[in-house]
Amino acid sequence: MLKSMELTPTDLRDTKAYRDWGLTDDEYHLITDQVLGRLPNYTEAGLFSGMWSEHCSYKNSKPVLKKFWTQGEQVLEGPGEGAGIIDIGDGQAVVFKAESHNHPSAVEPYEGAATGVGGIIRDIFSMGARPIALLDSLRFGEPEDAHTKYLISQVVAGIGGYGNCIGIPTVGGDTVFDASYQKNPLVNAMCVGILDQADIQKGQATGIGNSVIYVGAKTGRDGINGASFASSEFNDAKETQRSAVQVGDPFMEKLLMEACLEVIHDHREVLIGIQDMGAAGLVSSSAEMASKAGSGLSLNLDLVPQRETGMTPFELMLSESQERMLLCVKAGAEAEIYAVFEKYGLDAVTIGHVTEGHQYQLFHHDQLVADVPVDALATKAPVYQRDKKRPSRLNKQSHHQFMPRLVDATGTLKKMLQQPTIASKKAIYETYDSQVQTNTVIKPGSDAGVIRIRHTDKALAMTTDVNGRYLYLNPRVGGEIAVAEAARNIIASGGLPLGITDCLNYGNPEKPEQFYDLDESAMGIARACQLFNTPVISGNVSLNNESNGEAIYPTPMIGMVGLIKHQRDITTQDFKHAGDAVYVLGSTDADFNGSELQKMLTGKIAGELFDFDLVTENQNQRLLLRAIQKGLVASAHDVSEGGLITAIAESCFGQGFGVKLTSEIPSTNFFAETQSRFVISVTAEHRAAFESLMEPYATYLGQTTSDDRLFIQTADQAFDLKVSFAKRLWEGALPCLLK
Amino acid sequence: MKFAVPVFPGSNCDHDMVNALRDILNMPADLVPATTTNLDQYDAVILPGGFSYGDYLRSGAIARFAPVMTAVKAFAAAGKPVMGICNGFQILTEAGLLPGALQANRSSKFICQTSPLVVKNTTSQFTTAYEPNQQIQLPIAHGEGNYYCDEATLAELRAHQQILFEYVDNPNGSVANIAGIMNRQGNVLGMMPHPERAVETILGSTDGLGIFQSLIANQQQEVSHA
Amino acid sequence: MYLVKVYVTYKESILDPKGEAVNDALHRLGYTNVQSVVLGKYFELKLAASDRPLDAEVDELCDRLLANVNMETYRYEITEMEAL
Repeated sequence: MLKSMELTPTDLRDTKAYRDWGLTDDEYHLITDQVLGRLPNYTEAGLFSGMWSEHCSYKNSKPVLKKFWTQGEQVLEGPGEGAGIIDIGDGQAVVFKAESHNHPSAVEPYEGAATGVGGIIRDIFSMGARPIALLDSLRFGEPEDAHTKYLISQVVAGIGGYGNCIGIPTVGGDTVFDASYQKNPLVNAMCVGILDQADIQKGQATGIGNSVIYVGAKTGRDGINGASFASSEFNDAKETQRSAVQVGDPFMEKLLMEACLEVIHDHREVLIGIQDMGAAGLVSSSAEMASKAGSGLSLNLDLVPQRETGMTPFELMLSESQERMLLCVKAGAEAEIYAVFEKYGLDAVTIGHVTEGHQYQLFHHDQLVADVPVDALATKAPVYQRDKKRPSRLNKQSHHQFMPRLVDATGTLKKMLQQPTIASKKAIYETYDSQVQTNTVIKPGSDAGVIRIRHTDKALAMTTDVNGRYLYLNPRVGGEIAVAEAARNIIASGGLPLGITDCLNYGNPEKPEQFYDLDESAMGIARACQLFNTPVISGNVSLNNESNGEAIYPTPMIGMVGLIKHQRDITTQDFKHAGDAVYVLGSTDADFNGSELQKMLTGKIAGELFDFDLVTENQNQRLLLRAIQKGLVASAHDVSEGGLITAIAESCFGQGFGVKLTSEIPSTNFFAETQSRFVISVTAEHRAAFESLMEPYATYLGQTTSDDRLFIQTADQAFDLKVSFAKRLWEGALPCLLK
Repeated sequence: MKFAVPVFPGSNCDHDMVNALRDILNMPADLVPATTTNLDQYDAVILPGGFSYGDYLRSGAIARFAPVMTAVKAFAAAGKPVMGICNGFQILTEAGLLPGALQANRSSKFICQTSPLVVKNTTSQFTTAYEPNQQIQLPIAHGEGNYYCDEATLAELRAHQQILFEYVDNPNGSVANIAGIMNRQGNVLGMMPHPERAVETILGSTDGLGIFQSLIANQQQEVSHA
Repeated sequence: MYLVKVYVTYKESILDPKGEAVNDALHRLGYTNVQSVVLGKYFELKLAASDRPLDAEVDELCDRLLANVNMETYRYEITEMEAL
């Protein structure tokens, strides 16, 4: 019945209805003239639209992604599989990946964020790893706006709703507010898992006659062609896009995760491959599994578990219903696999087989409804080398650094601590279970989250970072800084950076000025990754983050994981005792363009970005790590947004210690955002050893005290206020703004 | 002394509980499926935290009908110790093994933080390791931990010293700051805070150890007297 | 066949923070004449006739599962459905 409403191949050609699914005329003609040599039917055109979307094919970003450094001897699996894998010794490995769910979250923030978390978790356990931590990198408009308040509360509730229920601790992330993200909030979720190297899985379907088994939730009409949706620009007129959002079921996913891990651990001799049904659902997972293995595939869609009646092949293949996985299992072993899923109360159904040759064939009601070369879907999407043009905003930049003169340093600090981006994010992270699994050593609120690895002396540090403002002023240097800051957070926690994942959030790459931002920042990221020995092992791309022609700041979210070799090296930012010596490692200059101070005082950011030197950065990081590993450091905190004074205040807040410091630097420069710096405290007994190691890069500022007072005599005036009062301002700002 | 930790579909603190018992307290402990109907071989049962059956109707409302709960009721009726932590507490109230109910937090939000508690009764078999009115720090992590009971029930709880733990700064709106209670017989404990998350220095607190140590010491003493 | 619509809400004496949040939000949107909001759960059950009185059966299943009578109250409507 419904099928008759589908356009015929000729009608599809004549009406160009494929454009609504994101296929261009050129791409359509590529299919008719070169790939198939005939007109595709409605279902086939749909398959191509999903598989050739940016989300699945990376057709716009591939030339950029090629610039990333993905090698490194620690890499066991680079980009390409569900997630990348890095060796951490003792036969163990860490798996991690981040994924954006920006567009769904803008439309339906609770479910958009929740299903973003659910999707990234499936990517991790499909590799054979047990997920051990989640992080979330969020970007919203200014929180004064009523709709933004609604988005924040719903996105945060969605992340918590999913992660808390499934029982994976949310241990870190970052949240930034800027008008640039008003219409295009960014919701990037990262998941980290660990596994024994013997359990590493691949998403592949080999061996003629082997079975393709569908497990998990039934397929419904939710999120049809969501991959194309995710890859298109927002437009106020397209209200119909609202149907594209799926509803998450963390309870189902918990069962699915336990069942899949049981199959991977206990049935590995019959399991050929396993893959998440994510973007572009069934077609993407099955075509990729077959293509990677060089196999053909035949599926009988009548066997697909369905939640609704009368679903068409197009709908079944492109639905993005959540909590579904695809397995390839040795012929004859199906019953053994069914039994595992049955124990968890889950559907497991054989829906097709690996076939000879390289065709991808779909049957529905005993008819062949699609018959296309599998590689055409999975690997033959066109790749676009987009035009690149330096944006006019960069050509118009002032060469001068913004240079305010502060009359009231203490008053400025009070105001700074209440800026939404600087203020404590406790109101957000306290709604996430950060301790389930009982391995969380450093909870949210420090530089990086730290998870110990049970039954070993090791721990993993993890963080997400990027300052889009820096990239807006200089995409290449901003890209370098994003990686550097992530590494700084890992180092400050006592870890050695191992590798990164990324979510590349940008505007429309077909606009040469937007493509410039993407391409330049990728080069910055690549250079920094090579220097820090942190290869890119996974990631995703979210383009067209534009509303009515206005793009977000270029925002390549960097998710980094580091290895802490000995748990005694785990370090936090809090000052630990009164009487410890306080140092700043790295030099401070009058660097204000793109800073929080510039934003706070002028309402915008502008001018040429300050200088940044990767070599100095790397040297300071290595120095700190050596000091930590020698046991000389009581606390360490990276200096970032809000400058040195903000870092010092935050170090006071943890345990309520005061400081009495003196500096030759003018008070204004305490807000400068010069990179490559850390605030470090050292006990009296280690001062001499610390100073001889750090000479001449660290500057002694004074001591921590047991007084409730933050006092810093600068070159011109003093910062002087009660720590408890400052902390109240810092912790109270966000709850107040979000009311 | 052997512990059973029932695993409901959606439990997620079950492994944490068993790890604490085995690795830290050196006690044998088994994860038992919710379909288990016989708990005779065990000396204590601990219902773990999590989101049993997704907590989709009300926390604990569906878990209460799992086969293992029939066995838990019999186990409790025989006077053997039963503990419910977080979701386990919710299941115990839904099952009628403890009075009252747990509703959504006053803030309507999930709360994960370390909460100071006061140990109100140190004569119960779960709390003898603590000093009277000792303040301890335990993690909480729940969206529906707001304990409710009517006036008459509260008076009963007070009259029989059934309130074991009170919040110092009531984070969820619970009646009378209640964080944990036991039944009148003194063998069934329910609490929202997570003692199994506070058994190792590296994780921030060891204040939860006392509950397990109390129970183990009191049970072993009982055995040696028998 | 009967269609049973069950409404579960908190008892009057119990604070309903979600209902209050919606009430406040409506006020912020300018609907200041909204006096109060009760936020509850709504169930639709389709039941075949059995040998038991329908009321008794619905009461029982509400008491046992759909509501927690310690803090919630319920009411229901029963309508007979046309046979399909």
